[in-house]
Amino acid sequence: MLLTTEPTATHIREERLYATMGLTDEEYALVVSLLGREPNYTEIGLFSVMWSEHCSYKNSKPVLRKFPTTGKHVLQGPGEGAGIVDIGDGQAVAFKIESHNHPSAIEPYQGAATGVGGIIRDIFSMGARPVALLNSLRFGDLNESRVKHLFGHVVSGIAGYGNCVGIPTVGGEVAFDPAYAGNPLVNAMCVGLIRHEDIQKGIAEGVGNSVMYVGATTGRDGIHGATFASEELGEDADEKRPAVQVGDPFMEKLLIEACLEVIKHPALVGIQDMGAAGLTSSSAEMASKAGMGIEMNLDLVPQREADMTPYEMMLSESQERMLLVVKAGHEDEIEAIVTKWGLHAIKVGVVIEEKVLRLLHQGEVAAEVPVDALAEDAPVYHKPSKVPAYYETFQAMAPVQPVVTDVLTTWKDVLAMPTIASKRWVYEQYDHMVQTSTVVAPGSDAAVIRIRDTDKALAMTTDCNAKYVYLDPRVGGAIAVAEAARNIVASGATPLALTDCLNFGSPDKPEGFWQLDQAVEGMAEACRALDTPVIGGNVSLYNESNGTAIYPTPVVGMVGLIDKPEHITTSFAKESGDIIFLLGETKPEFGGSALQMLQDGEVSGQAPTLDLETESRQQQALLAAIREGLVTAAHDVSEGGLAAALPELVFGTGFGADVTVDTDLVTTLFSESQSRFLVTVAPHQADAFAKLTKATRIGQVTDTPQLTVRASDRLIEMDVTELERVWEGAIPCYMTSEA
Amino acid sequence: MKFAVIVFPGSNCDLDMYHAVKDVLGEEADYVFHTETSLDGYDGVLLPGGFSYGDYLRCGAIAQFSPIMNEVKRFAEEGRPVLGVCNGFQVLVEAGLLPGVLMRNRDLKFMCKTVELKVETNETMFTNDYELGETIQVPIAHGEGNYYCDEATLETLRANGQIAFTYTNNPNGSVANIAGITNVQGNVLGMMPHPERAVEALLGGEDGKRLFTSMVKWGTRHATYN
Repeated sequence: MLLTTEPTATHIREERLYATMGLTDEEYALVVSLLGREPNYTEIGLFSVMWSEHCSYKNSKPVLRKFPTTGKHVLQGPGEGAGIVDIGDGQAVAFKIESHNHPSAIEPYQGAATGVGGIIRDIFSMGARPVALLNSLRFGDLNESRVKHLFGHVVSGIAGYGNCVGIPTVGGEVAFDPAYAGNPLVNAMCVGLIRHEDIQKGIAEGVGNSVMYVGATTGRDGIHGATFASEELGEDADEKRPAVQVGDPFMEKLLIEACLEVIKHPALVGIQDMGAAGLTSSSAEMASKAGMGIEMNLDLVPQREADMTPYEMMLSESQERMLLVVKAGHEDEIEAIVTKWGLHAIKVGVVIEEKVLRLLHQGEVAAEVPVDALAEDAPVYHKPSKVPAYYETFQAMAPVQPVVTDVLTTWKDVLAMPTIASKRWVYEQYDHMVQTSTVVAPGSDAAVIRIRDTDKALAMTTDCNAKYVYLDPRVGGAIAVAEAARNIVASGATPLALTDCLNFGSPDKPEGFWQLDQAVEGMAEACRALDTPVIGGNVSLYNESNGTAIYPTPVVGMVGLIDKPEHITTSFAKESGDIIFLLGETKPEFGGSALQMLQDGEVSGQAPTLDLETESRQQQALLAAIREGLVTAAHDVSEGGLAAALPELVFGTGFGADVTVDTDLVTTLFSESQSRFLVTVAPHQADAFAKLTKATRIGQVTDTPQLTVRASDRLIEMDVTELERVWEGAIPCYMTSEA
Repeated sequence: MKFAVIVFPGSNCDLDMYHAVKDVLGEEADYVFHTETSLDGYDGVLLPGGFSYGDYLRCGAIAQFSPIMNEVKRFAEEGRPVLGVCNGFQVLVEAGLLPGVLMRNRDLKFMCKTVELKVETNETMFTNDYELGETIQVPIAHGEGNYYCDEATLETLRANGQIAFTYTNNPNGSVANIAGITNVQGNVLGMMPHPERAVEALLGGEDGKRLFTSMVKWGTRHATYN
């Protein structure tokens, strides 16, 4: 037998072992005062994971309070596994986004796969049937071999997991920028459908009720994952590989079916995923929420390896595990359901009146800690904030005025930028059709899935242009929300609510905290203006490698509701002769643009301006027109400006476009002014559309694959076939070429 | 006509298959769990796509040992219709009901898109509603759909008219562009493309629908013989 000699309480204090687990001296002192004694090794482990930023939001809580989180449709706001929004007729939609950045940086396939697995569990632990997956990914310069490796394996990992569990991956976004070279972002979102009466909570009520363990065995993988996720990535990142979990999507599929059957059983009291901080967070949080305690016998926990210590079991982040609280006397009924799916439900503990988490191991009390101390009493920090010098420099700059000598080449070069180029290489690796409900597949503004046995459909998207957020966190944060809503509206849906994944650098740096604070401020303003409350999300701080932070990247995942199938709208032109309209004003705004990135290799200056009143008005106008049946296609004008949006309108259709505008050619093509849509309308409805939306008629869809742009200063003609070849070929070309 | 949709642990297109025959075609359908041992009362068996048993070991390799598979084999031997799609095709191959193997796609990536198929025979119970040689649009979604068999087997398949569908633009490296084959008797069809994903215009196309109407037509005719 292996002899395990754990450090003693004295040793932990004297050697400051808590510091290696991510706790400060002050936090250690607080633990001692909460316990009234020095913690043992297992106990300090429990505190270190529960008080990590990942689990406690200790650095971000004061900022997150700025978000509006209520609304007339919101059934469940932040605080549970996922937020839930009412969609009428007793149905609701549950959704959430979560990061898996650090694991993916060192083990991209498993890091991404388990990110998908974790977010799916958040959805079905609410009682919802997962119906769609999305993601948001950021990588460095795709010319680099390391980046190709990360990108390729992250995509494979997402595909490997999502395809196997049978949930369609219907949308997402991928962007490439040197800012993410050492710290890629992998954010996964899941959307589920649920009947109101099936909504579950992670709560451990009822003294004497049983705590049951369902799913995979507990191994030594992922120990301290939550702590690892709350640190900067250093030179030793590869040594953290044991903190990365390994996924088993087959187990997850069985777990989904078993749990969705179990939630229909009246004996189920509470259910929670063993996600970050595994057995510790699920048990402590469920007990804390109920004002109860839990006593667990760790000898009963199914173990994958021999001689596991309480510390290892409690901190393991082995995947595909759920913790259930079941009414006493009904354990066999739950076990019978779970067994049908080839799994076991094992009673490992009981709900107790005393509000403590008590862990028994080999006949001894291995740990005894107040549950509130773990789940509620983590310190909250109000970090100092400071305006970064770069921001002041950028704000003082004269507006960016690019010079483009060869417009045709530049146009092609913009379309070949991997961030702008077709993502077919990515989404064709994802099964986006399984469950046969995908009406609008990846490639349009938002994905749309129908809701069976109703006329309704859901539109969903993930968005964030982090370059704008870097230039101006407040404006950029607002734009992220506005752009997501624009994509939802362009698909014919009313935006319902959003989930956010706040990927930022270290909040310990005052400039870093300022970015977080300002971005959330801007997002919150946009949420209020567009009536899209935040119903949940995730914070991922310390996204830095070797001292350099990523762009502040607050990814927005948004879901909208479509009432009738005929309102479903895509971004692809349908008929030659249709009239093309442009909603919104095009101003010479190039700060943070794709053009600037192409020409300078970096961004500077001011982000595009955003007027939320205008934004809201344009969205309302387009939605009204779609509902009147006036719109044949709608496409938001975002990154890359009209240079990207106009070709995307006709790619794959065989059509072209001929447009006339009163702005100069460079501004027309490359400006990234906000609150704009390209819309096509059948000729006989053009007047009605113009009247309703006040949009500018700029041209029409033609039956030859050519783009003609007649700007105020000159005219340009571009071959669509050539442009499409460039746009489609860019990413496959990067991925097949050697670095 | 009453269909049995077999559910293995890890099947994930069972709902799609059920929906296609029940809601779209209006036929009867039941989910039949892998632990069942009887197919009494069913007129057709559908093996859906997915990742049975996680596709661990080899795609379809473990599912062939499920209790229900003995019954599926008996059902097939009686000449009654058995359709395996995607993972279902892989299971049929592993179970020895169809010849050949399915290997990893030529470029080693999972692939999900709509492809064009050519109907190579319309003289089967699965294809009688199609025109011979017509092309149809049907989605694929697989990582291991690269069909392989040796030269002699291929000759047999051709000679017997067992090749039901071919790809017009081979996406995965399958020998002879094979997308779907039947057994010699013609009552067992395995195919990688998903006809059940192409039964509604709302979702992009209805070209897969006639595969199911073919089965129903055959089933109706067959019933009159009894």
